[in-house]
Parts: sequence; structure tokens; C-alpha cells
Amino acid sequence: MKFTRRDLMRTTAGLAAGVAGSRLIGGTPAFAQAAEPNYTPEDGASLRVLRWSPFVQGDEDAWIANTKKFTDATGVQVRIDKESWEDIRPKAAVAANVGSGPDIMWVWFDDAHQYPEKLHDVTELADYLGNKYGGWYEGGKDYATKDGKFIGLPLAAIGNAIVYRDSWVKEAGFSEFPKDTEGFLELCKALQKIGHPAGFTHGHGVGDGNNYAHWLLWSHGGRMVDDSGTVVINSPETLKSIQYAMELYKTFIPGTESWLDVNNNRAFLAGELGVIANGISAYRTAQINKDNDPKLAEIAKDIRTTNLPIGPVGKSVELHQTTTAVIFDYTPYPNAAKAYLKFMFEQEQMADWIEKSLGYCCQSLKAFADNPVWTSDPVAAPYSKASETLRPNGYSGPLGYASAATMADYVLVDMYARAVTGQATPEEAIAEAEKRANRYYRV
Amino acid sequence: MASSQTAAAPKTSMLAGLTESRGWLSLWFMLPAALLLLIFLTYPLGLGVWLGFTDARIGRPGVFIGLENYQYLWDDSVFRLSIFNTLLYTTAASILKFVLGLWLALLLNENLPFKSFFRAIVLLPWVVPTVLSAIAFWWIFDSQFSIISWALIEMGLIDERINFLGDPTNARLSVIAANVWRGIPFVAITLLAGLQTIPQSLYEAATLDGASRWQLFRYVTLPLLTPIIAITMTFSVLFTFTDFQLIYVLTRGGPVNATHLMATLSFQRGISGGQLGEGAAIAVAMIPFLLGAILFSYFGLQRRKWQQGGGD
Repeated sequence: MKFTRRDLMRTTAGLAAGVAGSRLIGGTPAFAQAAEPNYTPEDGASLRVLRWSPFVQGDEDAWIANTKKFTDATGVQVRIDKESWEDIRPKAAVAANVGSGPDIMWVWFDDAHQYPEKLHDVTELADYLGNKYGGWYEGGKDYATKDGKFIGLPLAAIGNAIVYRDSWVKEAGFSEFPKDTEGFLELCKALQKIGHPAGFTHGHGVGDGNNYAHWLLWSHGGRMVDDSGTVVINSPETLKSIQYAMELYKTFIPGTESWLDVNNNRAFLAGELGVIANGISAYRTAQINKDNDPKLAEIAKDIRTTNLPIGPVGKSVELHQTTTAVIFDYTPYPNAAKAYLKFMFEQEQMADWIEKSLGYCCQSLKAFADNPVWTSDPVAAPYSKASETLRPNGYSGPLGYASAATMADYVLVDMYARAVTGQATPEEAIAEAEKRANRYYRV
Repeated sequence: MASSQTAAAPKTSMLAGLTESRGWLSLWFMLPAALLLLIFLTYPLGLGVWLGFTDARIGRPGVFIGLENYQYLWDDSVFRLSIFNTLLYTTAASILKFVLGLWLALLLNENLPFKSFFRAIVLLPWVVPTVLSAIAFWWIFDSQFSIISWALIEMGLIDERINFLGDPTNARLSVIAANVWRGIPFVAITLLAGLQTIPQSLYEAATLDGASRWQLFRYVTLPLLTPIIAITMTFSVLFTFTDFQLIYVLTRGGPVNATHLMATLSFQRGISGGQLGEGAAIAVAMIPFLLGAILFSYFGLQRRKWQQGGGD
């Protein structure tokens, strides 16, 4: 987010090396090659990777196939285990705590900032990849760096976008999907009138609940904390965002305050909803199953996607889900682990993985933004911007225990849910959120 | 030979002392169980209590901070709500499980056709893994796809779907209902076992004395069943108080923490939120309630006076 002196020195060094390198080898973007680190796997090395269970099968298949290429090339056996995505956080925490477990893990959000000293420093590798592939997106980089050092490699952003039924939006009198929050409210009112309402998660859905709550807050200019980590949720901007959420909630299908992560997909694919916010998995599920189910075929044909509307803040800002690949310091094979990650992040493997992930995993390195997956199907296009528009959790304060705990405790999600369901006035809901957040940001 | 016997004598007697003396022998026999208890019960419990007094976070051991976690929790509305929820959940579910379980046990104790088959069927909810039955209930209580809502709408009894897990009161009732469904078989089958230990001759004697059905139950069945009820309900209360899976699958503690139990809040704060010390403090805060329930069962329900229908 901030351009530090350290970044400047690194970039300058990279540029200098690049200039020198390009002179030597004749022009191509060779500055990165000049600084290419080589990692020789330790004798007898084998690796265990723990990742989240895939939402799109192509993601897992491609990752395993590319891993096999690495094993064939180096002889290093890699075992890939997977866990339900919500179980990754406790598993990673336990691994960090006891100093034993997988060598590499794909963690979520600010997990890496909860135990930075237990993670292997991958700054050299990250700098090399950043220089070679157009740089890291800021949001992903913030999640993966601590005090100027990379404690993990930003792997992907799992994009969140509006998923809607084009025919119903047109039937509601909108020739195109509104771009701003005011227009969006009008659309939701109109959709409710024609019996195809919108539905956004107000329950304890880790992904969807947090995505929606953070969009509400940030699009109206609110923040949980300021740059120094002081809680500033009690602001006129937050109040406006709650008032907006209350208006929007009146147009929703009933029961959204009980929704967890899968409810919106399920209701949308059953034809109950006109608009939801979700990852591309909602569309892919309809698309993949269209041959077996004519109803899903019709839905798949009618689905369109767009980015969440822009609020008074004037630009697109979202949380999305961010995943970072970390190497635990306890691994006996740090070089093998770095060699593996380097291999998987190189053009051939990374581009292949992004493509096969069918738009679910948005690139963390800018050079992969031209991946054909974003242009081959217009429905995927909004998801290509996930890394660009993402803001780290606990914006604009520091990442760490407090930001992670505040999100895990659903402070923001509960604030909106209390107000929209009438359990508290907006002011009361804000006051309680402020109190709860202060408990975590007290240190 | 004689000399070797003399030399070996002290050794033999020591070995014999360690292996044959009643005191030592009982110690040896108790040792494996004691070690298991120490390693798997006392140590984790002690560690949990200690963590509750520290500011341990995931990846950091933490330092002793005395009662600070408890002070913060005392001031925390979500924690206080979780205590209320846990007590409500445990009390309502336990009473319902007891009444319905006892009723079912009495029915199963009658001479019904296909008795064994019914007894086996009754156990099913208890046998099914909690997560699976919780997922089934998740569908049953779904705000859009609930079969209950659908059936009632089809019958013309309601116009709108019931918001089972979105409304705080409905959500609490729904999770209690799911817990009761799951817990009844345990109570019923255990009480059925108790019922079968009551000698038939007592009923015959009471019948000859002209006792009615109600009097048979009130003055023969209930007093003799009370010790079993005490044990069964102690376990039932403990299982209910520490329930986690059902809530985690159905609501994650929502809507707006209306169904958060102390166990689920402890997990949310300790593991998902990384605040191990605070999570441990919440778990430790459950101990007084659990002890209270155990003491009530042991010293209360087993009192002869109570069993015989008297008061204090």
C-alpha cells in the first residue's frame, strides 16, 4: 500500500540489474533473469502441501499435474492434502503453534500475520517473481508482507462479483446493470416487485458475509480503523452505509440473516433470486451441469456478472478472498519448498493453473492479467479485477491479530445484521461494533 | 545351591513385595488408567485453565495476565449472550429430552409387537453422526427450501415461508428441536434399561393393593428409576451444555449471535480469531456450570427423600 524506502531500493536494484542484464543478453526483459535465485532441493527432500478444497475441479487437476512436472524434473515427491476452506485457518494455526505439519500451506486473509515469525522468509523469491511478472498487486502483497519482508507468496484472489439474471434485470426495466449504489437500490426494489428479489448474506458466512459487509462499509467511505490502528468505525460514513443497507435489506428475499456461504448459490441456482454476490463458482456450477439439467442450462445462459456497484467513495473497493502460499520455518526442506513454489509460479505453470481454474483464481502477479480465461467468456471478466480492487481486511490499519480476530468474530457482519433486522438502531449497532473492535485493537 | 538361594533372597523378596503385595499390586493396576487420565485429561484441562490466565495467541505462548481475560469477558455483551443461550439451550433441551425420552421408554417397555425392531429404530438418531443429522436439519430449516414451510404452504396453513434460522427466537427453538431429536434415544434407551430392572412383583403387589396406573408410575416406577435418571440426565446435560457441531453447522452462532453457545464462541475466538487465551477463558467459564449440573445430579437427584417423593 505504501511505497517504502525498502521497496524503492529493491525496485531500483532490480531495474539496475535489468538494465545490466538486458545489455548482456540483448534486450528482452532480462533484468529479472539476472537476479534469478536457484534453489537446490535438499538430499532426500519431500514436501507436504496443504491447500483448501477446490471449488472448481480444474484448479486441483491443473495444480496436481504441474506438481507432477516438478517431481519429474527434480525427484522431489510432493504430497498434496486438502481441507475444507474454513478448516485451513485452525489447521495452519495449530501447525504454527506446535511447529509441525505441512511444509507449505495455502492460508487465507491475514493468517500469515498471526504467526509471521514462524514463516520462512521468501523475499528473494518474491522479488524475483515480482520483477519478472510485472509486479505483485498491492492488496495481495499487503497480506503477504510484514515489515518489508515477504512471509508468503500471494497466490490468488478469489474474486467476488455481482451475479445476476439478465432477463429479469431487463424485465425490471433496466437495460443495463446499474453502476452506482443508488441505481442498484432502485434495481433491487424493481426486482422485488416482479418477484425475483436480490439476496445478500447477513449471516455468519465467512466469505459472502464478510464480502458484503466490507463492501457496504468501504463503498460509503467508512473504515474499521485508521492507519495507526485506532478504531474509527463510529463515523457518519458508517452510519450512511447502515442506512443504505437497511433500505437494501427491505428488498431482499427473507432469511438472509441466517445465510452461510452456500445459501445464496443454492437459492440462485434454484431460480429463487435475481441478484447475488458470489465467486464465479455459481456460474460454473450451472454451466458444468447444464447438460444434465435443462433448468440449469437456462440459468447458465441467462447469467451475467459485473463488479459490485460503486458507492459515494467513487471507486470500486472490495474485500474478496485472498490466499497466500506460506512455507513454515520448521520445514526441513526450505530449498525444496522454494524451488517448488518458484516452479509453480513460473509462466508455464501459473498461466495454466489460472486458465484451468476457470476464473475462480485471479492472478496475484500483474503479467498474468492477459490470461485467456478472462476474455474467452464475458461472464469471467469482472473476476479478473479482483486483485486490483481488493482491499486488505482491517483497512486502513495494520494487519495482524486484531484485524484477523475482528473479522473472525464477525464484528462488521453483526453490525449490519443487527441494524437491518431491527434488533438495534444504526447508532446502537455502531456503538457495539466499536466496543467489540476496541477489545481487539486495544494493544 | 543353598548359597545362591541366600544371595537371591533379598532381591526376590523385594520383587515379590512389588509384585505380590496388595498395596503395590493395586498401584500397578491403577497406573495405566492414572497415566491415561493424567496425560489426556488432567494435563489438557490444566493447560486450558492456565491459558485462560494468559494472553496467548496462536503462534505466541503469551504471558500471565491474571484475570484480565475474565474481566474483558464480563464486559462483553456477546459472551453474556452466549451464557444466556447456553443455559436456555441446555435447560429447554434437557427437560424436553427427559420428558419425551421417559415417555418413549415407558412405551417401549410395554409388550408391543415388533418390540426389538422399534427399540433398534429409536436408536437411529443417536447413531447417525451429528454433523450428518445437522446437515439434514440445515435443509429442513432452510429459509428457502424448508420442507416444513413447503408442506405448510401446500396445506394452505401459512402464506410465507418460516424464517427458521433468521429470526432469533425461531433460531433458538430450531436448534433446540434438532438437539432434542438427536438426544431422545440416549435418554429413552438408558431409561428403558433402568425400567427393566424394576421387579415385576412390585407392580403386582401394588396392583393387588388397588393402585391406579398413575400411582404405579408415581410410587413404584419413578422412585426406583431415579438413580438411573440422575446418571442419564447428568450425561445428557453435559452433552447438551458442551454441544458444538449442531450449532456450527446450522448457524455458526447466528443470527447476530442469537444461537452462539459458550463452546462455539470459545472456538470462534480461540481458533478462528487466534485469541487462544480468551478462547480458553470462555471454555474454563463453562466449568462452574458443568460442576453445578453434576453436583445437582449426584447429591440432589440421588437423595432418598427426593426419590421417595418428599421435599426438604
